[in-house]
Amino acid sequence: MNNFSYQRAADTASAFRLAGAGIGSAKYLGGGTNLVDLMRENIEQPDALVDVTGLSCDIEEKADGGIIIGAGVKNTAAAAHLGVRRRFPVLAEAILNGASGQIRNMATVGGNLLQRTRCYYFYDGAARCNKRVPGAGCDAIEGFNRIHAILGASPQCVATHPSDMCVALAMLAAIIHLEGPQGRRSLPIAELHHLPGGTPHIETALRAGELITAVELPATPFAARSTYRKVRDRASYAFALVSVAAALDVEDGTIREARLALGGVAHKPWRATAAEAALRGAPATTSSFRLAAQAELKSAVGLRDNTFKIALAERVIIATLEQLMQKGAQP
Amino acid sequence: MSIVQKGVEIVVKLMPDKAPDRLSGAHGAIGQPLSRLDGPLKVTGSARFTAEVPFDRLAHAALVCSTIAKGRIAGIDSAEAERAPGFVAIMTHKNAPKMKPPPAMMEDPNGAALSNLPVMQDDSVRWNGQPVAIVVAESLEQAVHAASLVRVTYDADSADLAFEGLLHKARTPDKIMRDANRVEKGDAEAALRNAAVRFDAVYRTPRYNHNAIELHAIAAHWDGVDSVTLHDASQALCSSRYTLAKSFGLKEENIRILAPFVGGAFGNKGVWNHTLLCVAVARIVGRPVRLVLSREDIFRVTGGRAITLQRVALGGNADGTLAALIHTGATGVVSHNAFPEQFSFPARHLYAADNIFIEQRVVDLDMVSNAAMRAPGESVGSFALESALDELAIASGADPLELRRRIEPEKDPTTGTAFSSRHLLEAYRRGAERFGWAGRNKAPGSQRDGEWLVGQGVAAAYYPYYRMPGAKARIRISADGRAVVQAAAHEMGMGTATVQTQHAADRLGLALDRVSFEYGDTNFPNSPTAGGSNQTASIAAAIIAAHEVLVIELLRLASKSSPLAGAKPDDVRTQGGGLFLVREPGRGETYEALLRGAGRDQLECEAAAPMPLEMMKYSMHSYGAQFCEVRVNEVTGEVRVSRWLGSFDTGRILNAKTAASQFRGAIVMGIGMALTEESLFDERSGRFMNPSLAEYHVPVHADVPAIDVIWNDIPDPHSPLGLHGIGEIGITGVAAAIANAIYNATGKRIRELPITLDKVLAASVA
Repeated sequence: MNNFSYQRAADTASAFRLAGAGIGSAKYLGGGTNLVDLMRENIEQPDALVDVTGLSCDIEEKADGGIIIGAGVKNTAAAAHLGVRRRFPVLAEAILNGASGQIRNMATVGGNLLQRTRCYYFYDGAARCNKRVPGAGCDAIEGFNRIHAILGASPQCVATHPSDMCVALAMLAAIIHLEGPQGRRSLPIAELHHLPGGTPHIETALRAGELITAVELPATPFAARSTYRKVRDRASYAFALVSVAAALDVEDGTIREARLALGGVAHKPWRATAAEAALRGAPATTSSFRLAAQAELKSAVGLRDNTFKIALAERVIIATLEQLMQKGAQP
Repeated sequence: MSIVQKGVEIVVKLMPDKAPDRLSGAHGAIGQPLSRLDGPLKVTGSARFTAEVPFDRLAHAALVCSTIAKGRIAGIDSAEAERAPGFVAIMTHKNAPKMKPPPAMMEDPNGAALSNLPVMQDDSVRWNGQPVAIVVAESLEQAVHAASLVRVTYDADSADLAFEGLLHKARTPDKIMRDANRVEKGDAEAALRNAAVRFDAVYRTPRYNHNAIELHAIAAHWDGVDSVTLHDASQALCSSRYTLAKSFGLKEENIRILAPFVGGAFGNKGVWNHTLLCVAVARIVGRPVRLVLSREDIFRVTGGRAITLQRVALGGNADGTLAALIHTGATGVVSHNAFPEQFSFPARHLYAADNIFIEQRVVDLDMVSNAAMRAPGESVGSFALESALDELAIASGADPLELRRRIEPEKDPTTGTAFSSRHLLEAYRRGAERFGWAGRNKAPGSQRDGEWLVGQGVAAAYYPYYRMPGAKARIRISADGRAVVQAAAHEMGMGTATVQTQHAADRLGLALDRVSFEYGDTNFPNSPTAGGSNQTASIAAAIIAAHEVLVIELLRLASKSSPLAGAKPDDVRTQGGGLFLVREPGRGETYEALLRGAGRDQLECEAAAPMPLEMMKYSMHSYGAQFCEVRVNEVTGEVRVSRWLGSFDTGRILNAKTAASQFRGAIVMGIGMALTEESLFDERSGRFMNPSLAEYHVPVHADVPAIDVIWNDIPDPHSPLGLHGIGEIGITGVAAAIANAIYNATGKRIRELPITLDKVLAASVA
């Protein structure tokens, strides 16, 4: 780990100032549960950390049914919030499926959005990685890639995004509130994270010095019936091999609206728009669910070790949607 | 086997048995579920582990490890590191002192090194992760930072890394540990071809790393140029002293090593490169130096369990006995140690078969030396053998327990030697009854709970009995009626100090609070390396020997008017706080009276345990039966263990509480071996790719059900106290029991560990 300065920001303006308006290598620090690990591994080497955990720590319930969660809110607090649990149970479930209690107590919502991949070759400085060293090559494509992407990967990078929370946020079409030296703006979550393409080192749409201040969950009444299912290599404290966030709006056996997102399969939380389109207007049956899953996974490509994820994703999508139907059938 | 050895063995077999120890099977402090005596120190944080020992002027070290598997160091640029804050020194092959190759375990009876390669003596690189420099700085953080600034360039050679690709180059060692490698009885291949029921399959197990929670740590403090004190997280104190003395050309008595608390070892805490490097660099900088390995270092600098590929073939006779038993295969090891991963050991001793063929081969790889890891060989070997037996039972329509009953041998099936104590069938019977084995549903895939398919499995547990030569103990009785027992010994968390205190209390006839056991220091009498589950038996035998001397010395103190006057050692017994006549238990003297009467403050005796001849005379092993229930998710292939019962036949249990914890801990480790753990070795680079506890998946609490353990508690008449060591047997049979239960749940047979969900999904129903 290199030497770095540490300062605590009192407000966003001081955060921008302390971070040198994004000109140097300063980083904003949330709970540090990922960034500090990466600094210990010498993968991140900022010369300055600006602690923003004191900023934007509120959760605001809007009258229209939406919720705005401050970026500094701890993962544990977001998952425990009654409004979140009633209106968007999928989000609480996703957060609680991630990491461990201790880590969730430290980790912030903003930091969770910016987690970096768990690709083995990204973490090992002796391996080739286009994310760490653009143009160096990728040792994962022909190496251990059981945990890697089946959707949206590129010949330069097959890494996955590790977050559970983000899969729920993608499904809920969250709006990311940003503030930077040049002012405020907001982005749909689908536009926050990039696919790797030829520039896997550019992971998000954040501009220099820009800070995530909040996550807005637009009112989605049928998300009250939503769920998150995570499949992993041990019962807790492991990243998803495949995960599914889903919500269904069903009337008289017909799907009016469906929301579906996948985790563990791509460089970003994967909103399953093809599956959603296939579900919309279809009868809420297992065969519709299967067709929708297959529509989404049509473009999936397996590597040496991760081809199983394609069939697994299909099975988990179907089972999760069936599970939602059973939930709906209960009083 | 040499003629001399053979001769000794014949003589030993003709020798009469010693009468079983008086305390074998007796009830006193021994057997009680006593809590660990160091428990309060551990839970209050006042137990001081190696990395916590303070020193004046302590400097900290960090390693720079190679990033190629084989070749030469072309250059080391340390200019930037030397400018880093707090930098003190750097040692590379250019300025390292001369050190002889360390004597290796199993090659030299006293060796503690896990590799006999020279350490930092030239520019050659023999594995990816080999230390190529050690950097010393004022703080740990500064050392780690400065080490990260050292730039090393290499001339790489091609390396042998692909285990299965190199199987054609495998060699066949003459010996596996101390046993002849090949065992041949009849013509097993022919018997297999002609058998009424035939089963033949290949099993694979991956590499594993021990991952003790306490990181390897060592601190070295030189006193002049020829004397050094080390604090080392070690399970091999005395043999480490010997090894370092050889490497550094020092007298053994000028090296003192202390390790009062070790936070888990599992076979991995002997002498590795970092041990020698820390000692060497401390001499260079002339001040105490501490080196704590990072978790990543542990994967790079220390080795784990070897990869295996095993064939088990079984031929069944029409009457349900075995016509043929074949267990062969290969392991991926290195040429610079003597650890073949003895997977074939269980098959040598567990089952009767008309024809037997057993042989192991090894593939030499350019990687960090593999090492003994909890039940090396037996753990992975029992996966193959016990899975295969289950498969044969199913093929022949027999209950797996019934098959094992039919092939239970009367004497050792490969050596022909009598068993010292074998009650495996009793362990099956008691286990089956408690687990409810008879009531299980035998048809695969027939038990369901929603998405979850449920199944039960059983497998035998097996581990040899070992007692190592050379154990010594010292007993000191004081005039205040207290006793101190000393042995170098190792306490890695299993309760060694507690059970030996229980033992000494009963042996001396004193209350527990009047006896203390001192250990963890080479200044105390010699103890063998804590490996092979030998320590409890070895130290118990040494205490028994010291006690025999003590009795003679105490009798010498008795005055002419003492009721003990003229008594012989066999006439007396240590009980009730003193020495009393066997025939008249009320007549004798307390230790206080004897010592005061002789004008002595204390009496001290030291003795060595006799040679472990019992192991030559008898086939001595521990046994058990692992019963489990698993749930397999039909949608995802996820496996969860829902129920466990271990039923063990391990001689006399000395402490019901620490023993249960040992069994449970090993079963948890077995669950990890079966389902989640695997060290990912990239065969292109020779690098481990998941060197962290985030990506190397040990089981978490949620993966582990309540674990029930029971034991026969039948003393072995030929071992000290009737005991068998129990540190390792608990992991054996676990993976097979799980694989067998998965078959019962799903009809799918998985022959490759770890059984991750992708393997379950890919397998087809048999």
